[in-house]
Amino acid sequence: MYLPYELLLQPFVDYGFMRRALVAIFGLAIGCGPIGVFLILRRMSLVGDAMSHAVLPGAAIAFLLFGFSLTAMTIGGFLVGLAVALCAGTITRLTPQREDASFAALFLISLALGVMLVSWQGTSVDLMHVLFGAILAVDNPALILVAGIATVSVITLAAIFRALVIECLDPGFLRAVHGGGARYHLLFLVLVVLNLVAGFQSLGTLMTVGLMMLPAASARFWTSEIGPMLLFSAAGAFVSGYIGLLVSYHVNLPSGPAIILTAGLMYILSVVFGRNGGLVRTYLRAPHFQR
Amino acid sequence: MRSPHASIRIDNLTVAYDRHPAVHHLSGAFEVGSMTAVVGPNGAGKSTLLKAIVGLLRPAEGRVSLTGALADDIAYLPQQAEIDRQFPISTLDTVTMGFWRRSGAFGAIAPAMLEEARQALAAVGLIGFDARPIGTLSAGQFQRVLFARVMVQDAPVILLDEPFNAIDSRTTSDLLALVHRWSAELRTVVAVLHDMEQVRAHFPQTLLISRELIGWGETAATLTADNLARARHMSEAWDEHAPLCHVPAA
Repeated sequence: MYLPYELLLQPFVDYGFMRRALVAIFGLAIGCGPIGVFLILRRMSLVGDAMSHAVLPGAAIAFLLFGFSLTAMTIGGFLVGLAVALCAGTITRLTPQREDASFAALFLISLALGVMLVSWQGTSVDLMHVLFGAILAVDNPALILVAGIATVSVITLAAIFRALVIECLDPGFLRAVHGGGARYHLLFLVLVVLNLVAGFQSLGTLMTVGLMMLPAASARFWTSEIGPMLLFSAAGAFVSGYIGLLVSYHVNLPSGPAIILTAGLMYILSVVFGRNGGLVRTYLRAPHFQR
Repeated sequence: MRSPHASIRIDNLTVAYDRHPAVHHLSGAFEVGSMTAVVGPNGAGKSTLLKAIVGLLRPAEGRVSLTGALADDIAYLPQQAEIDRQFPISTLDTVTMGFWRRSGAFGAIAPAMLEEARQALAAVGLIGFDARPIGTLSAGQFQRVLFARVMVQDAPVILLDEPFNAIDSRTTSDLLALVHRWSAELRTVVAVLHDMEQVRAHFPQTLLISRELIGWGETAATLTADNLARARHMSEAWDEHAPLCHVPAA
């Protein structure tokens, strides 16, 4: 039968494209994982998904102007995503409208704009790459982009960690001490868009959201402290990527969805067997401690 | 260490929601080291006044001026904290939020500061609760954590908005003892309260407000039957046909 080496390591030893895919996943995992945890804690879980659609007109405009240039589409997607995030964030701060509503409104406008631009120009095949990615086609420039974004993301998160936690936990406190909560929140939104755009070439924005949210959603079933949650999320994302790549290699399935489905399986296992609120633990109740 | 002395002056303050005043032409002062209770019927503008002092609400007219402190030197305990109790954070870390003025967004929390936070938790009767996630605390325990956070803020001005709502009497008397200590340290304390007995027993000064000033001064002299009756007559509903208010001559 298959040796562990053949199963787990040989594909990466033999093929450069597999190695590059793995490195890309590693970069995405350490960037997206922690971001996903904060999105969930902030009750912005669907915002990530909204943003992944909102970047479409940016990529579309870049495509119209520069043809299929990944650099242009990445920059275009980032700028539009940023604009949507900043507008929605500003509307939430300045008006009584809540964040989920302002995001919903703006991403829909952006998405419709993107669809209109795409249909106007006819061909949509290459544009769908942006949404669904092609991780096995990741080249060195794309790797550098992913690594760069992951580095910026992790360093920024570490720097604004305390402010972000307080802003999530007790925004009123930060307002009362004039701590400027808004700027940290907007900076966080920038990181969200940055990480989504990092996934453009590799997983595509739609699947990158999966890498962002699924390991983060699983994390709360294993720990109730934020530090371990961030680590679990990043590690879980990488492990899903690793297993997903192997599965797609051995069974000959598309890689992007395979990675996300692996993360999905991890999520379901966490819901059922998780130590911290998992179904088995909750419903097959252990006796309580005696007085 | 900052000098813990500050006073607050209110000058013809009007704070409005959608052009309807919640606080109407209020003037007066909270002196250094005073312990003032703010009382009045529902909708009288008590929380609004506190928010205007902290700077969370803009005055429609008039001003709030602080002497001896900066606007961000105020410890404010709101009525229903927007705190997400499900957030995965420990009790001790929640208390260390109070160090914001000293540490800022990026400064480290020194071991000495952690020790200070632990002592604050001990002072509110929560020894051994350091590592507990805040989601596992009862309402009374959590309110005590917020009091510990106020302690650690070490502010010259302390504003408490209905701090003893839904708290049992033992916890309330423990926390009241803390408030007395703050006043003894010459911090200016302002507390919105509903329990008249509590006010009469513990607070030397009272501001009785019912959108407009009814009385402000020594508690016994302010909380007369007459004044309380006048306060009760205020209407809670907005009058869409009220005449425009003109500024009274200074």
